[in-house]
Amino acid sequence: MSVPGAIPLPRRDLLKAGGALIVGFSLAGPAGAQTAGPKGAMRGALAGPPDPKQVDTWLAIHADNTVTLYIGYVELGQGTTTALPQVAAEELDLDIDQISTVPHDTNATPNQGGTYSSASIARGSPPVRAAAAEARRALLAMAATRLGAPVDQLEVSRGVVSVKGAPGRKVAYGALVGDKPFALAVSGTAPVKPPSAYRTVGTPAPRKDIPAKAAGTYDYIQHIKLPGMLHARVVRPRGQRAYGSGAKVISVDAASIADIKGARVVRKGDFIAVAADKEWDAIRAARQLKVAWDSTPTLPPQAELYVRMKAEKTDDTVVLTRGDAPAAFKGAARTVSMTCKGPYQAHAPFAPNCALADVKPDSALVICTSQDIYGARRTLAALLGLPEAQVRVRFCDASGTYGHSCYDDVAQAAALVSQLLGRPARVQLMRWDEHGWDTYGPAHLGEVTVAASADGKITGYLYEGWQHNWSLVEVSQQLALGSPATEWPTFPSQQVATGTCGGMYAIPNLKLVNHHVPGQGYLRGAWLRSPLDLSFAFTSEQAVDQLAYLLGLDPYAFRRANIADERWLGVLDGAAKAANWAPFKAASKLSNAEVVTGRGIGLGTHLQSWGGAVADVEVNKTTGVVRIAHLYGAIDAGCVVNPGNVEAQIVGQLVQAASRMLFEEVTFDPGGVTSLDWNGYPVMRFEDCPEVTPVIVQRLDQPSQGAGEETMAAAAAAIANAFFDATGVRMSEYPFTPQRVLAALGRA
Amino acid sequence: MAGGLSIKVNGRTRSVDADPSTPLLYVLTGELDLKGPRFGCGLAQCGSCSVLADGVEIRSCVTPVSAVKGRAIVTLEGLPAWHAKTAGRSSASPALHPVQQAFIDEQAPQCGYCANGMIIKAAELLSKTPDPTEAQIKAAMNGHLCRCGTYPRIVKAIQRAAKAMAPKTMTGEPA
Repeated sequence: MSVPGAIPLPRRDLLKAGGALIVGFSLAGPAGAQTAGPKGAMRGALAGPPDPKQVDTWLAIHADNTVTLYIGYVELGQGTTTALPQVAAEELDLDIDQISTVPHDTNATPNQGGTYSSASIARGSPPVRAAAAEARRALLAMAATRLGAPVDQLEVSRGVVSVKGAPGRKVAYGALVGDKPFALAVSGTAPVKPPSAYRTVGTPAPRKDIPAKAAGTYDYIQHIKLPGMLHARVVRPRGQRAYGSGAKVISVDAASIADIKGARVVRKGDFIAVAADKEWDAIRAARQLKVAWDSTPTLPPQAELYVRMKAEKTDDTVVLTRGDAPAAFKGAARTVSMTCKGPYQAHAPFAPNCALADVKPDSALVICTSQDIYGARRTLAALLGLPEAQVRVRFCDASGTYGHSCYDDVAQAAALVSQLLGRPARVQLMRWDEHGWDTYGPAHLGEVTVAASADGKITGYLYEGWQHNWSLVEVSQQLALGSPATEWPTFPSQQVATGTCGGMYAIPNLKLVNHHVPGQGYLRGAWLRSPLDLSFAFTSEQAVDQLAYLLGLDPYAFRRANIADERWLGVLDGAAKAANWAPFKAASKLSNAEVVTGRGIGLGTHLQSWGGAVADVEVNKTTGVVRIAHLYGAIDAGCVVNPGNVEAQIVGQLVQAASRMLFEEVTFDPGGVTSLDWNGYPVMRFEDCPEVTPVIVQRLDQPSQGAGEETMAAAAAAIANAFFDATGVRMSEYPFTPQRVLAALGRA
Repeated sequence: MAGGLSIKVNGRTRSVDADPSTPLLYVLTGELDLKGPRFGCGLAQCGSCSVLADGVEIRSCVTPVSAVKGRAIVTLEGLPAWHAKTAGRSSASPALHPVQQAFIDEQAPQCGYCANGMIIKAAELLSKTPDPTEAQIKAAMNGHLCRCGTYPRIVKAIQRAAKAMAPKTMTGEPA
């Protein structure tokens, strides 16, 4: 597919950068208003973001009675481009087949920040709902004039307004405003539908993107070609060293690729790439180019990782405290302390990241998979030395990435190559680039103490966690400009979490302490789906489970007795009911059989929403192989707009959580990362995959919250607790590799 | 075109301009602009580049284009027509292979990047084993990775496709 510099989008050319309209258009009288151009007119001439307070920023109604919706969150296979149209369809009384969306573009779509934190519906639906409601109110006022009937005598179906009892008196939205702007601010006062009147929201509308994905006609970024482009590959050492040490070039032997036709070296500082007309030539050149790198070891030995983290001079914060946890431990009937370790894990997107750039002396177009195109525009402009308004960033879908993989890095690489060569360039990472230079989900060391009274009430809780923050500088920029290895400032998602660390229970004495480890001496870090939460729940929920065990109580009933919040109770009950939970005492049926089975339960979330899970596992005590037979996962995300999408998300979360608990671990030695492909970094496969049962606790009257990552922590905990039920042994580190399991069972 | 290399893709013989050692994948994507096979690892580990060669699933990322000379390559784009032909139908080929339709019906893909290899492999499986058990499906598909965790829905989709394809063989039509 070839892509010209502009894309067919309606009407943005009529909006100033701030969103104010150039062309006047009065809702009271369209006569005399200039037409805004037919559907398909070019939109995209002006730099955004458009004004979020304007209805026209969010939607456009076309003459053929279809609607283009401009949404602020990207499609990642989670169904945003289906669910947000459902929200608009609901308020406008359209069917979703009448609504389409456009890809993100800094010259076309609103800036809602990054598609992070499972926010597509939570933060994406309110402005869409408000703009659609505003548009509907305006459309009905126009229709009332046109049809000579009061607004309360009108009804709407598929965007056709008619007079109640006189269906022949009708007018379509498209005839009222087709392709003309509303020039209307979103007042927030337009009435929205009550949940009781929903007919589209809350239904599992099929995903709009799936037919093309199944047919093979879907455009992933890997398919995009720019006229005259070169193919390029980055050249880096195989596997990163410590974040602060980057990669230092000693020498480059450009003659080493002289035999590859048209291949050339691109260099800026320590940023090295090769480019060629044909993709395979670029790949060969990257493999063949002789570069001498400084290989001084800068990472700790992997076996010493957690000791090193705990020994660091850390920046300590009390995240939350109430009552007096240490005092509560002294008088408790039972106290459990656990120290647990969670590894670095990789995003490992199935498609290595790819980006295209066309950088000219005074402007740039970058097509990439950044989940925050406006943030990417800012850093790209600085990297290229161009004004932000002269840089246009367009999103194109790729494979799922589950957090911040190398998508911004590869966008920078493409921009640099294009600028340095003066040609459009396409850069795709190789598998080892993606696995070896990822911003990994950071490793975590957790220490927890939990105490309970003899009657089964949790009385005291202390959690201390060690991990470094996320890396702020992309690899390409670090190498090209020598930028210092700075970290994100500490904020939730990078620190001990109030939700998953004990937050589900009514605990009178609680203290959460965060130990921020300085990140420069460790691997690059960033958010990986449900950041840190698997490690938190693995630590915390095993300790809670152990209390139930010591008290001789059913782990489900023990949790239930300590929860006051109905939302937590809802997901706990939801998962337990789906699993047909029957009360039992953990590890009460231990046997000498080679293969033993167990069941566990857990709770957890990420920032918002509520997650509960039950796991059934089998442990082979001879081989150390753990098999997860079944996972049940429940989410309460408030109003679930599309239960089909959320069920898919829960299934994906459960399978990915299982993969992360059993298989996934970034490996490294002091000289660099050594897990560079799917053999070195194994993930779950068909034959390992558990049966999964997704459970949605639907609450249409509650605000929508995240649903893309909020039952993973619960699943991690449930798996660990099921392992204990099966074996009577607590795991203190994941993933549960055969070697680690055998060591824990004393059979290594 | 220069190079003089010709390969048969989706029923058509195509001249391509590529060094014989170039992996087939880059010829299919770079020269022929096909979107089904796609790069995932370049190491034959993941299955995103899969195509059929004489009805057998291969990894195009590690297969030199010279190695498929004389073999019939079918990509996702050509799968409906291939199915119609192998099922012995003379009528116009359907828009989708039954596995593709089942992926839609089961809402199986999330990001969908793995769907190419999954559908190609499942089509190969069902062409040889029309009524596979769940264990046979998982064993056949085990070399194809999905990072979104859609395995359960893919298994259901393959089972659905097997059912959809079954009556035609049971009523005695040529397989």
